[in-house]
Amino acid sequence: MDLYSALQYVLFLAIVTALVRPLGGYLERVFSRTPTVLDRLCLPIERLIYRITAVDPNVEMTGTQYATCFVFFGLVGTLLLYAILRLQAFLPWFFPEYHTTQLSPDLASNVAISFSTTTTWQAYGGENTMSYFSQMVGLCAQNFLAGAAGLAVGVAFIRGLARQCSGTLGNFWVDLTRALLWVLLPGALIGAILLVWQGVPMNFRPYAVATSVEHSQQVIAQGPVAALEIIKNLGTNGGGFFNANGAHPYENPTPLTNFLEMLAIVLLPAALTNTLGRMIGQPRQGWLLYWVMIFLFSMGLIFVRHFEQRGNPQFGGVDLQSSSSQSGGNMEGKEVRFGIGGSALTAVVTSNTATGSTNSMHDSFTSLGGLVLLVNLLLGELVFGGLGTGLYSMVMAAAIAVFLAGLMVGRTPEYLGKKIGPAENKMIMLYALAAPFFVLSFTAVAVSSKAGLSGLTTNTGPHGLTEILFAYSSCFANNGQSFAGLSANTVFYNLTTALVMMAGRFGLAIPALAFAGMFARQKNTPSSLGTLPTDSLSFGILLTISLITVTALSYLPALALGPVLERSVFGT
Amino acid sequence: MKKNLMISVLMTIATTILLGIIYPLVVTGLAQVFFKDKANGQLIVRDGQVVGSRIIGQAFTGPAYFHSRPSAAGSGYDAANSNGSQLGPTNQHLIDRVKADVAAAQMDNPGQPVPIDLVTASGSGLDPDITPAAAEFQVPRVAKERGASADDVERLVQEHTQQRQLGFLGEPRVNVLELNLELDQRFPLKKQAKAE
Repeated sequence: MDLYSALQYVLFLAIVTALVRPLGGYLERVFSRTPTVLDRLCLPIERLIYRITAVDPNVEMTGTQYATCFVFFGLVGTLLLYAILRLQAFLPWFFPEYHTTQLSPDLASNVAISFSTTTTWQAYGGENTMSYFSQMVGLCAQNFLAGAAGLAVGVAFIRGLARQCSGTLGNFWVDLTRALLWVLLPGALIGAILLVWQGVPMNFRPYAVATSVEHSQQVIAQGPVAALEIIKNLGTNGGGFFNANGAHPYENPTPLTNFLEMLAIVLLPAALTNTLGRMIGQPRQGWLLYWVMIFLFSMGLIFVRHFEQRGNPQFGGVDLQSSSSQSGGNMEGKEVRFGIGGSALTAVVTSNTATGSTNSMHDSFTSLGGLVLLVNLLLGELVFGGLGTGLYSMVMAAAIAVFLAGLMVGRTPEYLGKKIGPAENKMIMLYALAAPFFVLSFTAVAVSSKAGLSGLTTNTGPHGLTEILFAYSSCFANNGQSFAGLSANTVFYNLTTALVMMAGRFGLAIPALAFAGMFARQKNTPSSLGTLPTDSLSFGILLTISLITVTALSYLPALALGPVLERSVFGT
Repeated sequence: MKKNLMISVLMTIATTILLGIIYPLVVTGLAQVFFKDKANGQLIVRDGQVVGSRIIGQAFTGPAYFHSRPSAAGSGYDAANSNGSQLGPTNQHLIDRVKADVAAAQMDNPGQPVPIDLVTASGSGLDPDITPAAAEFQVPRVAKERGASADDVERLVQEHTQQRQLGFLGEPRVNVLELNLELDQRFPLKKQAKAE
C-alpha cells in the first residue's frame, strides 16, 4: 500500500476511535435527558415542538407503541414527499427546460419510499429531475427525519438491553426530536459551512450557462447543494444532489471534503457502540462490537484498494503504475483528485454504512473489488451501519453468535445478562432470514422475467447478474448505492425495489424493537462460571466467524454466478 | 393509535418547516456572506462572459489545448447530466473505447504507454483534473502547436500542479481549464487565416 493511502486510512480510523468515547457519552446524555452544552439553544425549540404537536414528553412507550409511531411517522413522511414530488412543476424553482425526467407515479413513489427509509436509492438523475424545492423541502428534510427516526429506534433498542423488569423503551417522539435538535441539526450546520468553504455551492440561482474557450456551450447545474450534502452523510442516507453523487465536483470538490464526508457518515454509528456500553454499564461490551467493526472494515478496505490498484489487465498500451505523478490502477469511474486511495475509502465506508454517497462508479470496479462491496451490503450493514440501525443489526448478529455458542455447550444462551429463550430466538431468526429471503427471491424474479432483464442495457452476462443482485441487496440494506448500469427507472424496478426497501426498513426494525421489548421485561441474570463472556477476544473471533459464515451460507451460490464467475472467465 | 397518527402529521409538518426551509435558508445566508464565490459555483468570467467553473471539467478538442479525460456525462462534459460510463470491467465497449483512445493518444507520443486517467472516463464525467503524468504526456503536442518550447510549457504545468491537500490527502492533480486559460495568455494561438 502506498504511504499516502496508508496515512489517510490510519488517520481516519484514529480520529473515529478517538471520538467514540466523547460522542458516545454525549449521545447518552442527550437521550437520557440530562444536561448538555446545547441545552440553552435546543430546549426552547424542543418545548415549542412538543407544544405544536401536543406531545407529552413524559409518556413512556412499549415496544409495540414505539414501533407503531415509527411506522406512522415513516408513512406520513412518504406521503408528504410523494405529494411534493408529484406537484413539483407547480412549486417554486422548477426549471422545465432542465428538469426533463418526468416524476411518474411509479418513480415518485419509489423516491418517496426510498428517502423515508434512508435508502435514497435513486432511479433518477438529481439535476435533470428534481427542482430546488423538491431537493430542500422534500429530500433534504426527509434526510433529517428518516435519519433521526433510525437513530431513535437504535436508542430504544439500547434501552431494551439496559432496562430490567420494565415494560417500556422510551418515547419515540422525544427521541426523534432530540436526535434532530441535539445531534443532526448542529452537526449539519457546522458541516455544511465547512463544505461551502471547500467549494460546495449553496445558492438558489438558475443553472449557469458558460461558453467555453472553444465556443461550445456548457449548462452548469448547481443550487443549494451543501445543505443536502452534509445531512445525506450524517443521516447515513446517501442520495446525491446530482446524478454522479459524491463523484460530482460540486458535491465533493476536494480530498478534504471527501475525508470530512466520510467522517460524517461513520462517527455517529461508531459512537453508538460506546453509548450502548455506557447505558448497560459495561463499556467493554461496546468496545468489543466496535473492534469487530474495525476489523471487518479494515479487511474490506485493504482488499478493495488492492484490487482497484491492480487495475484492469484487459487494457493494452496504458500506464497503470502508481508513481509520484499518478495513482494508476483502475481509474474508470474514478476521479483524479481522489485517486485509488480515496475512492477505495469511500467505497468501503459507504457500502458498510447503509449510505449511498459513493464518489466513484462501483459498476466499473474490478470484479473482485465490486465483490467486496457487495459482500459488505450482504453482511447486513452492521460495520458501523446505518444511523441507529447499524447498532441493532450488530447486536442481533452477536445474539446469533451467542446462540451458536450456546448450542455447542448445551446451555441457555445469555447476552448482556439477558436470557435468549425460544421467543427471543424466533425474533432473531426472523431477523436473520429476512435478508436472504427478500434479496434472493427478488433477484430470481428479476433474472427470470423479461421486465427484469430489460434493465440490463449497459452490461450483460455475469456482470448483469451482479448488477441486479447488487440492486436488491442495496435496497434491502437501505443503502441505496448501485451498480448504476442497470436501467432502474422502469415500473418493474421502481415497484420491486420500493417493496424491498420497506422490507429492509420495517421488516428489521419491528423484530428488533420486539426483541428489545422482551429484553426490557427480563430481570438480568447474574453472570456465573458457565456464562460465555461476551467481551473477550475469543467472543470477538467467534462473532466475526459466525457473521462471515452466515453470510457465506446464504449468498455463496449467487456470488459464484456473478462476480466470481466474471473474475474467473475474464481475469479482471 | 389515532393520537399518534395525529402527532405524526404535526411532527412531520413542524420538522419539515424547520429542516427543509429554515435550515437551508440559514446555510445559504451564511454561505453567501462568508464564501460568496464558492457558494456560487466558482464561475470564471472573462470579458464579461462566463467561460466555465473552476471545478467543473470541460471538453477541449483542439490540439493546442491540454485535453481532459473522456467523459460519459451526456454527450461529453454535459454539466447538467453528470454520469460515469457505468461500463463493467469486462464490457467489450469499454475495452474497445480504451483501445481507440490509446491509439489516438499515441499519435502524439508513439509507442509510449498512456497514463490511465487520460483514457478512462471519470465517475462524474466532469472531472476538472488530469494527473501530472497525463499533463506531461501532452506537453510535446501542445508546445509544438503553440510554437513554444517544451520546457516553458512544462514549467507552466508544474506551476499548475496542485499537490496533495494538507500534504497527504488525495492525489496531485492539474486543473485543465485553468491550465488552458493560462496557456492562452502566455502562449497565445496565432489567429488562423480563415481563407486558406
